[in-house]
Amino acid sequence: MSSDLIQIEQRSPEGDWTATKPDFRKGTWCYSATPQNLTSLDLPNPRPWQPSDPDWKLPENWKQILLDGIKERLEKYRSFRLFMDLCVRCGACADKCHFYLGSGDPKNMPVLRAELLRSIYRRYFTASGRLFGELAGGRELTEDVVKEWFYYFYQCTECRRCSVYCPYGIDTAEITMIGRELLNLIGCNTNWVLDPASKCYRIGNHLGIPPHSLKDNIDFAADELEEITGVRVEVPIGKKGAEVLFVAPSADYFVTPHYYTLLGYLALFHEIGLDYTFSAYAGEGGNFGLFSSHELMKRLNAKIYDEAKRLKVKWILGGECGHMWRVINQYMDTMNGPADFLETPVSPVTGTRFDHVRSTKMLHIAEFSADLIHQGKVRLDPRRNDHWRVTYHDSCNPARAMGLLDEPRYVLRSSCNHFYEMPDSTIREHTFCCGSGSGLGTDENLEMRLRGGYPRAMAVKYVKERHDVNALACICAIDKAVLPPLLEYWAPGIEVAGVHELLGNALVLKGEKQRTTDLRGQPIQIAEEEPAHA
Amino acid sequence: MRYRAGFALLIALAPACAGVALAFLPKPFLVLAPAAAYAACAIFLLGLPARLWRWTSSPVPFRIPTTCGQQRSLAWIPPARLDNPSTGLAAAARMLLEVLTFRSLLRNSRSRAGDGAVHTRDSLGLWLAAILFHWSLLIILLRHLRLFVQPVPAFVLTLQKLDAPFHTGAHPLYLSDLALLVALAYLLLRRLADPVVRYVSLLSDYLALWLLLGVGLTGVLMRYLVGVDVASIKQFAISLAVFSPVLPRNCGPWFFAHLFLACSLAAYIPFSKIAHMAGVWLSPTRNLANNNRAVRHINPWNAPVKTHTYAEWLEENKDKLKSAGIPQ
Repeated sequence: MSSDLIQIEQRSPEGDWTATKPDFRKGTWCYSATPQNLTSLDLPNPRPWQPSDPDWKLPENWKQILLDGIKERLEKYRSFRLFMDLCVRCGACADKCHFYLGSGDPKNMPVLRAELLRSIYRRYFTASGRLFGELAGGRELTEDVVKEWFYYFYQCTECRRCSVYCPYGIDTAEITMIGRELLNLIGCNTNWVLDPASKCYRIGNHLGIPPHSLKDNIDFAADELEEITGVRVEVPIGKKGAEVLFVAPSADYFVTPHYYTLLGYLALFHEIGLDYTFSAYAGEGGNFGLFSSHELMKRLNAKIYDEAKRLKVKWILGGECGHMWRVINQYMDTMNGPADFLETPVSPVTGTRFDHVRSTKMLHIAEFSADLIHQGKVRLDPRRNDHWRVTYHDSCNPARAMGLLDEPRYVLRSSCNHFYEMPDSTIREHTFCCGSGSGLGTDENLEMRLRGGYPRAMAVKYVKERHDVNALACICAIDKAVLPPLLEYWAPGIEVAGVHELLGNALVLKGEKQRTTDLRGQPIQIAEEEPAHA
Repeated sequence: MRYRAGFALLIALAPACAGVALAFLPKPFLVLAPAAAYAACAIFLLGLPARLWRWTSSPVPFRIPTTCGQQRSLAWIPPARLDNPSTGLAAAARMLLEVLTFRSLLRNSRSRAGDGAVHTRDSLGLWLAAILFHWSLLIILLRHLRLFVQPVPAFVLTLQKLDAPFHTGAHPLYLSDLALLVALAYLLLRRLADPVVRYVSLLSDYLALWLLLGVGLTGVLMRYLVGVDVASIKQFAISLAVFSPVLPRNCGPWFFAHLFLACSLAAYIPFSKIAHMAGVWLSPTRNLANNNRAVRHINPWNAPVKTHTYAEWLEENKDKLKSAGIPQ
């Protein structure tokens, strides 16, 4: 490995963690949220400040606000109360965290990340902590603790990998979510989380693209698809009475390589004649509220059901996105349901009734496509992906908050002739995070992202060296945004693709012209014309 | 806090010393033995349910199982029934097996990053020590019934036989005794010698281990090394069990050390991390089915929030929608 790369080495921690303070050096933290973004979301304590400032301009009674906030959350979340009490510090979680592996910073061990909050809990909310303080593992709540929380709760991607190994199922994502909520109460937020959240809330998508530009982009995609395939597709937006509302992460309309996945969706929907519609109001599947507070998550997510109701669709189909599916699978119905105005999704092509989503009425596109392929309702020519040697990255949330593991693999294996798995300890429920999830995928903390993504990148490098893999497929918008720079740094020569991009390459459209390029415009060569799969 | 382990040892030695001292104090002091036993039992029996009540009084607002395998979705994709349960029954089975076999720890591995790789190897030491310790402790506790019940229940006699397959002479070696001490020693040494575990350990982590070791060592000492008057001990134990305590005469210093250590441990459990014996059952990432999209989970405090309604959005975007030809 070249010596100008970040050196990753693990050293044994020494001394006492309560005596150390985080080093706010550039490259490890994200900028604060602007006062405008806080105001636009009615969040407390808007003010200009930066984490590198000595004075964070906390409200006068910040300590009381935090203690009240902890008390309220202990009473509202059994997970929080249990996870404060149950840990035996066995250390099983320690080396499961990609940030610990990549940074070597002991406070990135999940157990210590939680202890940052637990020590305060013990000091102020348990009898032994009140009586014996430090001896009972308690710690005074000071401004330094607040800074430490900010540093480490924004150095956790809520990927839940540690919770797979914990004998009590302690989920650091819960602790980080509560920790960030507490920080929110005193106005310590990051702009990379609140700016997309604010734009999503007001305008309808993370990038703040107004509805007419959204339409332009989608129309442009339809033109481009026509150029590649010779087939003209219609893409409805806000069509009342359509059968299906399709919600994707907005990055799919605006950013590459996500955009090629959008082309894949459009081709598929056209080919099967799906009666669907996009929405400009609920144009965002992703949910940056999840990275801020349960309340903000709910406020952003509410639009999807509201829009489905207004448009009088029968059911909802969701695109490739990681955290979006955490919200949809584990929160949406509880927060914003019941979706009693919708019907249990039935595939209009295969007739399959998707009973496993009979309450939420929202289906994942990989579930939908896997069913189409399995029932032989689409023709695929996987040779069109022969220039790709593909591996698959399980995105954290579909893997560990849902269990969507084999559907995307089935789509990939049907669409590609060359598919290789990464080592077992890095896929499926053991999957390593991209290192930039939960609102950390920005430039100012790039060093920490490259460190956090190191375990994932090394697993990709492994299949690259063994099987000449040149494409990493995934089903998460954040993955598609952050894995390209990560791999360029650690394992150059690998492209990142969406599962439905590769499906779109293989999909044989009725009336299409002979394809000479894939959806990226890269040339494809096929020896004979006969499709291999029907 | 550099001397956590040592300080915890001092705390744990206190009941042991008090026990030894009791044997040499005037007889009236012996009343402390039944008093301690009853007090400890009361604290344990009231404290643990109180802790449970405290946990359960906080609701479970969201269904957040950690899924460790394929979901149940399409009929032709085999789901991981245990690791991604889709019914309450399957979730109960997952929970039960978690408690009985520590399946999550069974997944454990050790990873080290460096040299352009992450090196991962299986690591079953912690699982093995944990399973040996917990099961041995259960067997030993059940064997103790022979001291509290007369006649000794048949299952206890069977258990004793099974636990000592190499029965020779008057003192059969119980495998559970051996396993308990070996496992505890491993857990303690691991905590002291593994830099990562040592770094995160609190005084209370050592205290629990010292108390357990103390109870185990004094028990083994009495059984295999120093002779004790088992008949007297049994007389005392039975008298406790039938709530007409007699003074424990002729029981010896090691018995009192054992008793006081066990009482300290029992009384400590409800306030300590050892309460995980009750709490683990409540863990929402393990005891819930991953069926959110099929069955709606209710959040008791689900309150309305301020949203940006379509009407408000339309007001702000009317012209743009019109110019783009998007229906309103």
